[in-house]
Amino acid sequence: MSDKTMMLNLKIWRQRTNKHKGEMVDYKLDGVSPDMSFLEMIDMLNEKLIRDGDDPIAFDHDCREGICGMCSLMIDGQAHGPQALTTTCQLHMRHYNDGDTIVVEPFRAKAFPVVKDLMVDRSAFDRVIQAGGYNSIAVGNAPDANAIPISKENADLAMDAAACIGCGACVASCPNASAMLFASAKISQFALLPQGQKEAARRASSMVASMDIEGFGNCTNHAECEASCPKGINLSNIARMNREYFKAKFTNNEA
Amino acid sequence: MTKLDSKIPEGPVEKKWQNAKFNYKLVNPANKRKYNVIVVGTGLAGGAAAATLAELGYNVLNFCIQDSPRRAHSIAAQGGINAAKNYPNDGDSIWRLFYDTVKGGDFRSREANVYRLAEVSNNIIDQCVAQGVPFARDYGGYLANRSFGGAQVSRTFYAKGQTGQQLLLGAYSSLMRQVDKGKVKMYTRREILDIVIVDGKARGVISRNLVTGEIEKFEAHAVILATGGYGNVYFLSTNAMASNGGAAWKAYKKGACFANPCFTQIHPTCIPVHGENQSKLTLMSESLRNDGRVWVPKAKGDKRHPTEIPEDERDYYLERVYPSFGNLAPRDVSSRQAKYRVDEGKGVGSTGVAVYLDFADAIKRDGRDAIEARYGNLFEMYERITGENPYKIPMRIYPAVHYTMGGLWVDYNLQSTVDGLFVLGEANFSDHGANRLGASALMQGLADGYFVIPYTLGNYLASHKFDKIETNHPEFEKAYQDAQGLTKKLLSIKGQRTVDTFHKALGQIMWEYVGMSRNKAGLEKAIKEIQQLRKEFWEDVNVPGDPNIVNTELEKAARVADFLELGELMARDALNREESCGGHFRDEYQTEDGEAKRNDQDFCHVAAWEFTGVDKEPVRHTEALDFPNVPLATRSYK
Repeated sequence: MSDKTMMLNLKIWRQRTNKHKGEMVDYKLDGVSPDMSFLEMIDMLNEKLIRDGDDPIAFDHDCREGICGMCSLMIDGQAHGPQALTTTCQLHMRHYNDGDTIVVEPFRAKAFPVVKDLMVDRSAFDRVIQAGGYNSIAVGNAPDANAIPISKENADLAMDAAACIGCGACVASCPNASAMLFASAKISQFALLPQGQKEAARRASSMVASMDIEGFGNCTNHAECEASCPKGINLSNIARMNREYFKAKFTNNEA
Repeated sequence: MTKLDSKIPEGPVEKKWQNAKFNYKLVNPANKRKYNVIVVGTGLAGGAAAATLAELGYNVLNFCIQDSPRRAHSIAAQGGINAAKNYPNDGDSIWRLFYDTVKGGDFRSREANVYRLAEVSNNIIDQCVAQGVPFARDYGGYLANRSFGGAQVSRTFYAKGQTGQQLLLGAYSSLMRQVDKGKVKMYTRREILDIVIVDGKARGVISRNLVTGEIEKFEAHAVILATGGYGNVYFLSTNAMASNGGAAWKAYKKGACFANPCFTQIHPTCIPVHGENQSKLTLMSESLRNDGRVWVPKAKGDKRHPTEIPEDERDYYLERVYPSFGNLAPRDVSSRQAKYRVDEGKGVGSTGVAVYLDFADAIKRDGRDAIEARYGNLFEMYERITGENPYKIPMRIYPAVHYTMGGLWVDYNLQSTVDGLFVLGEANFSDHGANRLGASALMQGLADGYFVIPYTLGNYLASHKFDKIETNHPEFEKAYQDAQGLTKKLLSIKGQRTVDTFHKALGQIMWEYVGMSRNKAGLEKAIKEIQQLRKEFWEDVNVPGDPNIVNTELEKAARVADFLELGELMARDALNREESCGGHFRDEYQTEDGEAKRNDQDFCHVAAWEFTGVDKEPVRHTEALDFPNVPLATRSYK
C-alpha cells in the first residue's frame, strides 16, 4: 500500500472503426496510484476523457482476474506488458514510476482486425477450435469417470496445455502472427488423454488447415509466443502438434 | 394475478425426476429440427444447454456478450465442482449431497429441485471427463477430491485452481462442434435489450450488436435465459465487468416473477478493497480454507506485523466458534464472523477492514512444495495484486459480493411464470435457497444445461401449438421501438455525471444497507436513496458518443439503469423478509450468540415479486416450501 501517486505520459492507439484510419494520441494522466491495475488506470483516463467531452478509449476486458482472456494490449511493445506470466488486467501500476511514458497499442495481426481503438476481433480462434478442438461426445454417452485411469503425469501435462486462455498474445508477439502455440495447446491436451485418441488425426489435420485459412502465419521458432504467454504454455506443445500432424498425414488416417 | 405453480412431480423425492422424465412429452427426432430455440448466455448453463439442445437436433440461436463464448464468467470459478461419487469412500451419497445442500441453503430452497441436482451430479463428472476435462488425479490415475465448506466429506472435483475454466472450455468445445455442424448459430458481442412475448408465450429477443450498434430482432419457439447473477448491483463484486442483470430484468418487466432477490452471497475470502479507483474484487478460492487458518489479533488495534504476534495472542475465531467445521464453516457464517471481528476493532492491514488467512502451519506440516502444488496459482495471483508473498506473510482477506441465490422464479421444469421462457444457472433462484455451498454453482449450471433443460424443453414444445410468426409482428416492432427509444433517451440527457459515478453511489448504498447485515431503518433508507439516485440518473447522466459504433458507455448506462431498479427490489425483499436466513441477516432477528434466527412459522416460503410498473410497488407472491425429507432444524456448524 502506498500513498504516493504518479504522473504518466500515455501514447495510445485510437481508431474509430475498422474502416477509419488510426493514429497514436498522447495523454497525460496524473494521480495514478501504484495499487491500481493497468486497466483501472485506463478506467481513470476514460473518466477524465468523458468529463472533458472526449470519446473514451475502447478496450476489451471482462473478468479482471486473469482468466477470461478478454484483455489484450501491447504495452511498450510487449503483449500484456512487462511482467512475465501476467495478463494486462493483473499488471499493477507499482511496476511503473512517476513520469514514465507508456505506449499502448492493440494486438496486431492480419487475422485479428481492429474493431475500435484497442479492441480487436479474435473470432478466428473460435473457428480454429470449430475445426476440431473437441471430443465428439454427446451428452448421455459418457462412461463412469473412473472407468479409464489416466496417469497423473499425462493428466497434469494435459492440464498445463488446457490452461490456455485464448487471449492471442502468442499471435500478437510472433513476427509471423502464427497461432501455433494456441492450436497446439488444444491439440496437445487431447493428444495426452486417452479420450482424445479416436479423433486425433482428423483434429490435427483440420485445425492446422484452419489456421492457414484464417491467415495466421507459420512457426519459425522465435519462441516469442512462449515468452509472452500469460499462462506459461510451453513451446514443446508445438513440437507435439507437429508430430500429431505428421502422424495424421503419413498414416492417412483421416476420418 | 400470477399464480405460482411449482409443478413438482408426484412420488417420493428420489423418484420424482424419474417419474417426471417418463411423463414428459417427447418431440420426435425428425421434428426437432422444426424448432428454433434462443439461448442467451454461453457460461456453464447456457453453453451446456445450447450444445446439448443442438446435439438433440434443435436449431439453436446462442447469444454472448463477450467476443467469444469461451469467456463467460463461469470461467473464473476456481475451486471445484461437487458430485456424490463417493470415490474417497468417506460416506458420501446422493442423499447426503441433497441433505447438505438443503441445510446449507438454510431451508429456503425447493427439496425436489435440490434432490434432482444431487442425482445428476455424478453424470456431470462422467460427461466432463469424456469431453477431456483434465481433472486432478492421484498417482494411480484415478480422480482426486478435496473438501469444501459446509460438508464433512471430500466430494469436490477440481482442475488446479481453474475448475470453472476447464468445465467451461469443455462445454465450449461441445458448443463449437455444434457451431461447426451448423446446428448452433452463434451471435457474439450481443446484449439482450428485451424479451418478446406473443400471445402469452416467449417468442424472441431484441438485441444490440455491440460492434455496429444495430438493434436486431430474433424469433424462436422458446427463449432460455442463462445470463448469470446480478452481484454487480453492488459495483464492487467478484463478478466480471460485463456481468449484468439486464436480460433477467427485462423478463421481470415482461411478467416473469423475480424470486428472493435479497439472497446475496458474500464470499468470505476475497482480496480486500485497496482504494477508490478499484474496479472489481478478486476471490481467493474457498479451497484455501482446507489448509489456511483464519485469525485476527486478540487485542483491538494491534498493529504489529502478523509474524510478530505470538500464538496465544491470536484469535482463530472460526476454529473457536465452530469447532466441528472450523475453517471450513459455510460462506455466510464465515463472512459474518469476519465482519464481527472488524466491527470489534480487530481488523488488520492498513485499512483495518481485513482478517488473516495464514498458511504457516500448513507449510510447516506439509512443506512449501505441497502447498505450492495445491494452491500455487492462487498464491501467485495474490502476490500480483497485493505485492505481498503469502508463503511468508499471511494473506489479508475480507468478504465480498460473489453470487446471487435469488433470480427469476422457475418451476420444477425451469420455466418462469412466462410460458416458454426458461431460466438456467445462477439466473434462476431454485437450488441454493438462502446460501449456496462452495462448488455447487458449477454443479447447478451444468446440471441445468446438460441434464434438465433437454427434457423439460421438449415437454414444453410438444405440449403447445405454435403459430408461425415473423419478426415484423407488432410485438417485435414494439419491443424494437422501445429499445431504440431507450438508447436515444440515454444519449440525449447529456448531463454532468459519468455512468460509473452513479454505479459507485448505488454500490455504496447497497453495501451499507443491503449487505452483510440489514435492518428495517437501513432498508427503508436504502429504498428512498435508490429512488432519489435513479431520478438523478435520468436527469444528469452523461453518455457520450455515437450509437452506431462500439460505445461502451452506452452499454454500461443501460446496465446501470436496470441495476437502479433491481437494487430497490432487493432492498424491498430484504425489508419484507422479517427473519434471518443464510446470506440474509437481519440485525433484529438473531440468536444470543449472533447466529441467524429463522422464522419458519411466517417465512418458510419463496417470495416472488411481480412487476407492476417502475416507481410502483410490486406484488409479493409466495410459494410455500415443504421439508418432508430434510426436517427443518436450526443450522449448526458448531
